[in-house]
Amino acid sequence: MEARMHKKRLFSVIAATSAAALILSGCGGSSSSTSGVPKVDMMKSLGKGEGQVNIVAWAGYVENGSTDPKVDWVTDFEKSTGCKVNVKNGATSDDMVALMKTGEYDVVSASGDASLRLIYGGDVAPVNTKLIPNYADIFDNLKMQPWNSVDGVAYGVPHGRGANLLAYRTDIVKPAPTSWGSVFDVNSPYKGKITAYDSPIYIADAALYLMKTKPELGIKYPYALDQKQFDASVELLKAQKPLIGEYWGDYLKHVASLKSGATVLGTTWQVNINLAQGEKTKVEGIKPVEGSTGWSDTWMISSKAKHPNCAYQWMNHIVSPAANAGVAEWFGEAPSNAKSCDLTADKNHCATFHASDDAYWKDVYYWNTPTEKCLDGRKDAKCIPYAEWVKAWSSLRNA
Amino acid sequence: MIDQISDSLHKRPRLRLTALLSAPLLWLVVAYLGALATLLISAFFTIDSFTGNIVQQFTLTNFSDMFTDAAYRNVVLRTLGIAIAVTLMCTVLAIPMAFYMAKVAKPRTRKLLVALVLTPLWASYLVKIYSWRSMLEPRTGVVDWLLGPIGIHSPGFGITAVIIGLTYLWLPYMILPLFAGMERLPNNLLDASGDLGAHNWYTFRKVIFPLLFPSLVAGSMFTFSLSLGDYITTQIIGGKLQMLGSVVYQNFSINLPFAATISFIPVTIMGIYLYLVRRSGALENM
Repeated sequence: MEARMHKKRLFSVIAATSAAALILSGCGGSSSSTSGVPKVDMMKSLGKGEGQVNIVAWAGYVENGSTDPKVDWVTDFEKSTGCKVNVKNGATSDDMVALMKTGEYDVVSASGDASLRLIYGGDVAPVNTKLIPNYADIFDNLKMQPWNSVDGVAYGVPHGRGANLLAYRTDIVKPAPTSWGSVFDVNSPYKGKITAYDSPIYIADAALYLMKTKPELGIKYPYALDQKQFDASVELLKAQKPLIGEYWGDYLKHVASLKSGATVLGTTWQVNINLAQGEKTKVEGIKPVEGSTGWSDTWMISSKAKHPNCAYQWMNHIVSPAANAGVAEWFGEAPSNAKSCDLTADKNHCATFHASDDAYWKDVYYWNTPTEKCLDGRKDAKCIPYAEWVKAWSSLRNA
Repeated sequence: MIDQISDSLHKRPRLRLTALLSAPLLWLVVAYLGALATLLISAFFTIDSFTGNIVQQFTLTNFSDMFTDAAYRNVVLRTLGIAIAVTLMCTVLAIPMAFYMAKVAKPRTRKLLVALVLTPLWASYLVKIYSWRSMLEPRTGVVDWLLGPIGIHSPGFGITAVIIGLTYLWLPYMILPLFAGMERLPNNLLDASGDLGAHNWYTFRKVIFPLLFPSLVAGSMFTFSLSLGDYITTQIIGGKLQMLGSVVYQNFSINLPFAATISFIPVTIMGIYLYLVRRSGALENM
């Protein structure tokens, strides 16, 4: 009897403590806001560096020479500012949003499908561009765009832009592909060796292909899909699934697959092509005839930054002509700083990547966050918001 | 000073007990059960469809999504199938191994074998799975190079590769409890069974297996639950294969409440499994 009493008491202690733990943890959650941008203060003036800065970035954006000794724009920064750079690579925009929500990181290189989510989620602060001298040299048509500003307030520093490419092994895939149709062809001879990007945003790639090949669907913008257009895009991806060997999220594994021949065809980034070519893989990347999805990235600062002074110094450094040229060339994208074009090792880089050639970007659809209000301006239709994209992608991948 | 503390503790058994238990209890309740409870509660929350922030409002949408979408039923069945296959493969491989170690090998060899079984546990999980990746690589991997000439080809990345990889990873967790169980098995029982005319297979079925059952249950709990929760092996050698763990991994950054809902499934399955084990009485003899 007594033993049972003890057990009971012990149980009630455990129950009470778990309840307390729950209440404590429950209160820590962030409050949500669906209307308008949460008010976050902007830095007024710069102070002394905090000794380090924590960065969330795309692979290849923060290089300290450990990948390739010639590729280094971090060491100088660390020496001159005393800010040690800690970097965490995000594989997808969703990763980056989740990482920034932890509050552990100071700066992020956000693509257009992350930037607005971060702004409206109160996860990033407005950027005082006066504290960033290099901001003056950035191409005007990248500043104050819908994905990096709200109501005339800048939320970041434009970094650069690029297109998602179609990669193919030149020694295996013959003739060379010219269209995204090659990754959707159900009779493809490369069945089982095709890859696709493992993120809900890849639905836009299917939508883009349908936009060019099935005009009757009336897709105008791959991030503004009504139910019918969305279903057609998802159907296309379902039909594509048997062709896929691996969906890639981890770029290193993706490069290894290109190298081994487990993947011979599929969507990629220029930086992956560069890495694979560096390992003597016969691989090329092209922008297919349909155009491409792509990105226009923005450096943003966390609203909970613990090292704001180092963060501002980083944002100024990474868009400085030399560093911006370095990243642009390494990652394979167009730089944002007009002066970078004189500093690239390949003098034609800015021409090749059409840094200031607006016509080239006409058929590159930068990643964006789909919302219920159609982003292509349609008033009579209801579009599928990103949360539904996530569900559809999860369902497609797990079926 | 220390004497004083020791004196006062000696006089107050309650204080002694509190001091002794508070740290582990705090760990268990706050860090372990607290985290688990928070996770399970967040399964009833949802997210803002635009910013992805968690909205703390009670809703059952996640559960209805999970039950109505056939994709998740498939994932559950696939994962269960893999976990069962891995457990069976581990059992089949571990029984003869454990029997040899416990009953046949000389004491010196036995020590060596135990050490050999344990060594893979010292190497990193990732290193082991990445080496399986390069071994199973179609055409260029070791498997194709070694077995190709006799007509056996690498299964490529997919469900077979995952079962092989997981079996390799969890085999020691099956061998060790079986080895411990076999060691406790008195030799004279085997002799008696033989003297009474039982064949080897009959002895195994009627004598060894029932006595070994608790060890088998212990081992299967490891192999089964570890396979049920795995997502890294699938990611590396599974090709496009998705398991329950992959669904959680895929969703936790985008939609944490839904990931929490999915994590209910393995918890429930393990709960049922443990209940069945308890009913079978194997826990009392463990």
